[in-house]
Amino acid sequence: MKNHKTIILSNQEIAPGYYRMRILAPEYQQLATPGQFVMFRVQHTFLPLLRRPFGIFRVGFMPADCDAMPEKEFIEIIYKVVGSGTEIMQELHQGDRIELLGPLGRGFETGDPAEEKILVGGGIGLVPLYMLAEKLVQTSKVRLLMGGRTRDDIITVTEFERLGVETYVSTEDGSLGEQGLVTSVLEQKLAAQPKAAVFACGPMPMIDAVQKICAGYSTSLQVSLEALMACGVGACLGCVVKGAGHSDAEPRYLCSCKQGPVFRAEQLDWSRLEQQDSVCGGCD
Amino acid sequence: MAEQTEVVSKRPQMAVEIAGIKLKNPVMPASGTFGYGEEYAPYLDLNQLGAIVTKGLSLKPKAGNNTPRICETVSGMLNAIGLQNVGIDAFIADKMPFLQQIDAPVIVNFFGNTQEEYAEVAARLDDLPGVAGLEMNISCPNVKQGGIVFGTEARAAQDVVSLVRKRTDKPLIVKLSPNVTDIRVLARAVEDAGADAISLINTLTGMAVDVKTRKPRLANTIGGLSGPAIRPVAVRLVHQVVQAVKLPVIGIGGIARAIDALEFLIVGATAVQVGTANFVDPNAMQTVIDGLEEFCQNEGIADINELIGSLKQ
Repeated sequence: MKNHKTIILSNQEIAPGYYRMRILAPEYQQLATPGQFVMFRVQHTFLPLLRRPFGIFRVGFMPADCDAMPEKEFIEIIYKVVGSGTEIMQELHQGDRIELLGPLGRGFETGDPAEEKILVGGGIGLVPLYMLAEKLVQTSKVRLLMGGRTRDDIITVTEFERLGVETYVSTEDGSLGEQGLVTSVLEQKLAAQPKAAVFACGPMPMIDAVQKICAGYSTSLQVSLEALMACGVGACLGCVVKGAGHSDAEPRYLCSCKQGPVFRAEQLDWSRLEQQDSVCGGCD
Repeated sequence: MAEQTEVVSKRPQMAVEIAGIKLKNPVMPASGTFGYGEEYAPYLDLNQLGAIVTKGLSLKPKAGNNTPRICETVSGMLNAIGLQNVGIDAFIADKMPFLQQIDAPVIVNFFGNTQEEYAEVAARLDDLPGVAGLEMNISCPNVKQGGIVFGTEARAAQDVVSLVRKRTDKPLIVKLSPNVTDIRVLARAVEDAGADAISLINTLTGMAVDVKTRKPRLANTIGGLSGPAIRPVAVRLVHQVVQAVKLPVIGIGGIARAIDALEFLIVGATAVQVGTANFVDPNAMQTVIDGLEEFCQNEGIADINELIGSLKQ
């Protein structure tokens, strides 16, 4: 965990409203684990004030170049333009200076290699699943169920395929893949083969539906939650979620930033989770 | 070599003293923005801070409010955390051992739901080794019983501070709310009741609305506004309080850079707290400390105390 004053290596629109940003990030190859995130400082002024949390899509390195510069470690984040912070981010270019705090939080546990792994991604929620897939394909069969409103929300699926992941796409309007919700696809898969481990990230209604389905088949589930947060290090207590067994008398709040963003389903109080505001960067 | 010695000898004296607490420099975190210190240990050297101020503590653990608890605003943020904290027993067992290793005075912020709870927390902290001072929160805007009653009525403020004063010999700092008609009345009441210092301001009450859902952005509807947006209001209130009382004052409100801290020192604050800026930059306090030293050096100020209350008309 460190605050790096670093630079942007590239920043490109990959689908309408979705951008992929590559950032110089020393030490991340060694430090970052699947499911972790960074706090990105958009600019050095105080407008917007707060950093934005982004899941790490992947880490990598560019080989040493002909000027005998050392190899460059980088991370990639993928973001959707939703508010004032991301509107500024989409205008950033190669060489622009930014600050990156991370890698932060607890990521995914990979579990039993013998079990089939099912990744469920909703829209931008797909992001933290890629690095996980890279790791899981080394030992297990991995399927990706990817859902979105329209074809524009289906991003980077071919990159998962290149890893050897079997992918299933569904869109609500039927513009790509099967028409319907990604959760219906999950239901079919688990009905056929309930012995699997599910990993999900996406909008809260999707996460909630995934939990109900997995609970029905007694299938293990880990979820990555998005929450509004100011600090990312466990100090502001803005990003808390209610843990299993929570009550007002005996509060069991968990910080999404530090104890999460990835939780095993049994760690959370699902009866109250639906109320959780899951809109990331939705303010201002 | 000779040049180097000369440079070293020119380093300004940065130490200040507030209510008998000796600070290496006038910079400390604002309660609630720095956890219990350990959260920020990976990012800055806690030993370099003037002091550490902990997250507000109550007798029993406190759940806090529902989410959403925070919301960004123009150069600021609203929060309604609701004083979530681990309670005094867990603080002593789990948090204090870490803080005791730090070479900076530890100021424990605390609050109660009743006068008796305030007094009991103070008494428990009174004999705790490693606690340099207490900061009494009578100003949280986010919970009904979080002390705001004590912080907006002079009589109630005086009563609760008097009671706490009887139960502790530790330096007692009282943190004031800006959400009052005349802050000088509260400051005098607190001074009369035996406080050793005053810190201000806590957050300004505010509200934001999501225009699409037409719901408040915070689950608690109303929250406390902090960040650079509030700084001019805070500077004005510190200025007024410094004029009204003899007690030393700790200035708080939107400090993110050395020049922000300087405004507070110049109007008469002996020390400052950095709050929301810690969220934005975990190294913010070190930046402020370095900037203050640099300013003194550049301006030929040998001792930072020369700046305190140096406002010219």
